[in-house]
Amino acid sequence: MTTVLAAEAGDSTARNLTLTLFLVFVAVTLAITVWASRQTKTATDFYAGGRSFSGFQNGMAIGGDYMSAASFLGIAGLIALYGYDGFLYSIGFLVAWLVALLLVAELLRNSGRYTMADVLAFRMRQRPVRTAAAASTITVSIFYLLAQMVGAGALVALLLGIKPGTTFLGLDADAAKIATIIMVGALMVTYVTVGGMKGTTYVQIVKAFLLMGGAVVMTLLVLAKYKFNLSDLLGDAADASGKGAAFLEPGLRYGVETPGDALKTFYSKLDLLSLGVALVLGTAGLPHILIRFYTVPTAKAARKSVLWAIGIIGSFYLLTLALGFGAAALVGSEAITAQDRAGNTAAPQLAEALGMDFLGGELGGATLLAVIAAVAFATILAVVAGLTLASSSSLAHDFYANVVKNGTASERQEVAVARISALVIGAISIVLAIFAQNLNVAFLVALAFAVAASGNLPAILYSLFWRRFNTSGAVWAIYGGLFAAVFLVFFSPVVSGSPTAMFPDQDWQWFPLSNPGLLSIPFGFLCGWFGTVISKERDDQRYAELEVRSLTGAGAH
Amino acid sequence: MSTDTPASAPAESAAERYLAVQWSAEFAGLRCALRGFVFPMTVAFFLWYALYVILSAYARGFMGTKIVGNINVALVFGLLQFASTFLIAWLYSRYAARRIDPVADRIRAEIGEVTHDHGPRG
Repeated sequence: MTTVLAAEAGDSTARNLTLTLFLVFVAVTLAITVWASRQTKTATDFYAGGRSFSGFQNGMAIGGDYMSAASFLGIAGLIALYGYDGFLYSIGFLVAWLVALLLVAELLRNSGRYTMADVLAFRMRQRPVRTAAAASTITVSIFYLLAQMVGAGALVALLLGIKPGTTFLGLDADAAKIATIIMVGALMVTYVTVGGMKGTTYVQIVKAFLLMGGAVVMTLLVLAKYKFNLSDLLGDAADASGKGAAFLEPGLRYGVETPGDALKTFYSKLDLLSLGVALVLGTAGLPHILIRFYTVPTAKAARKSVLWAIGIIGSFYLLTLALGFGAAALVGSEAITAQDRAGNTAAPQLAEALGMDFLGGELGGATLLAVIAAVAFATILAVVAGLTLASSSSLAHDFYANVVKNGTASERQEVAVARISALVIGAISIVLAIFAQNLNVAFLVALAFAVAASGNLPAILYSLFWRRFNTSGAVWAIYGGLFAAVFLVFFSPVVSGSPTAMFPDQDWQWFPLSNPGLLSIPFGFLCGWFGTVISKERDDQRYAELEVRSLTGAGAH
Repeated sequence: MSTDTPASAPAESAAERYLAVQWSAEFAGLRCALRGFVFPMTVAFFLWYALYVILSAYARGFMGTKIVGNINVALVFGLLQFASTFLIAWLYSRYAARRIDPVADRIRAEIGEVTHDHGPRG
């Protein structure tokens, strides 16, 4: 079995095929984008796709927006290398959707218009709340974006088989990485500026189908190999991992027990709890997810879209279970770590192994590898487009139109600013990603979830359900949660003071947990309460309007 | 936004209208039906999930117990989290269609066009 992707000259077939499929995907999505741009005339078209999507379409788009490279490649890789703990991660990602379904989606759809801040600022003074919401939206989105783009650079280079010392189209590995980051950035800016929400949504829908299709095919092949006996697959994976039964139990990656070091064990287990809480509470505070609820006409359709999203996301994570354990059994951790230390190439490597087995030799392997690599590429593009749209919407609608222009900007001006914002945010993230490309920034996704759970979620829930909540409370909640999460992570082992840190050679670490959620989320809720009670502001009339509108859909946009 | 017309007289009456609706028995029933389902359910699934994470961290022996072949408690517990998520989503959609949507539709129809243009700023 070939253990190294596209290492041989004969594998240039895979590389050419991958590249061809990449280009086909790019061509198709650009065509969709141009088509969508013809139908994008008003601000509602640009920000919310004209609210014309069905619950099913939006559910697929949510899946496409949410299942990032971190979930597809990351979780499959995590399971392949650490077994059960990768599965544990995906459970948090799924259960989180119940918060969105039960507490947020419908009420937000009924009372908001384009951004998260529409709901937060509904009964508050516009400027302070919208400034805070825009700051938080842009911070969360840029963190998430950066992690995806740095990952994309490394990944595409790997998937195309460009290694240090080799060249591709005259580019060496480093140049290829930078070229990839720039190209991904350019594409996401094009999707957003040209196609707006409509174009972005269709890109996400196409990607969701590709991703599910790829995952289903691979899962069937893995299971066929084990005659649909899950127990045999698990046994084989455990044996191949060299860790035995422990591979099928929690504890190899999160909550690691260090014999003889009780304190380290204690912190490691707390870290697991912290991660769990942040994953579950973060999703319903992610701005790029929240704005998706505005693309459907009614609250009922918003509910339907979350139901479809839960269906597709849940099924997908069940499939990653087979993919991850399949990669552990059929590819082996040694071959995976030889390719990528973090295990991100486990799924493509599994595709190659399965293709060789089922489709006949080298060519079959190369074909399936190319298909899955192209799917991974589509995944990254769809997610970064969603993030760019969320941050540029907030910059234009919240900050420019309501803070700078105080609500006097015309619709046309606002959309023009949104397009320019997408360009600026795209440029900034390209530059940041190029500088960060050799740093370990995978933690930024978890940090984005922690900020969303600590700042945005308390503000949203208080806004919707607490009569007394006011401007001061909203501003305290958002800044409190945001700063607490960023501050704690800055002094945590993921930034400095450990070999896997962003700056492994520096050490200013004193906070023991990698994930701040366990402290920063209660702190965010506390700040929201404290900020509220120290202010006398209270507007029962506006709360009546918000509550009635959010529950009934009266006067909804 | 330019499409909103914060005309003072109709807005005034609209705001009062919303207050009246908020105080109506029918709306109180709707609020009660919604909160009566989503709050307890949120607490329930959160505790159920917390139990799973806590057992994963502190009860490794129990989680590692094999049930059939190589299938252990940890895997079954994890799959149960999927099952409970799907189940709660289905229960909620059924409950909302029966107990929430009809009431919400009725109240929305009663509020009617009077308040339609009084949107949030921006």
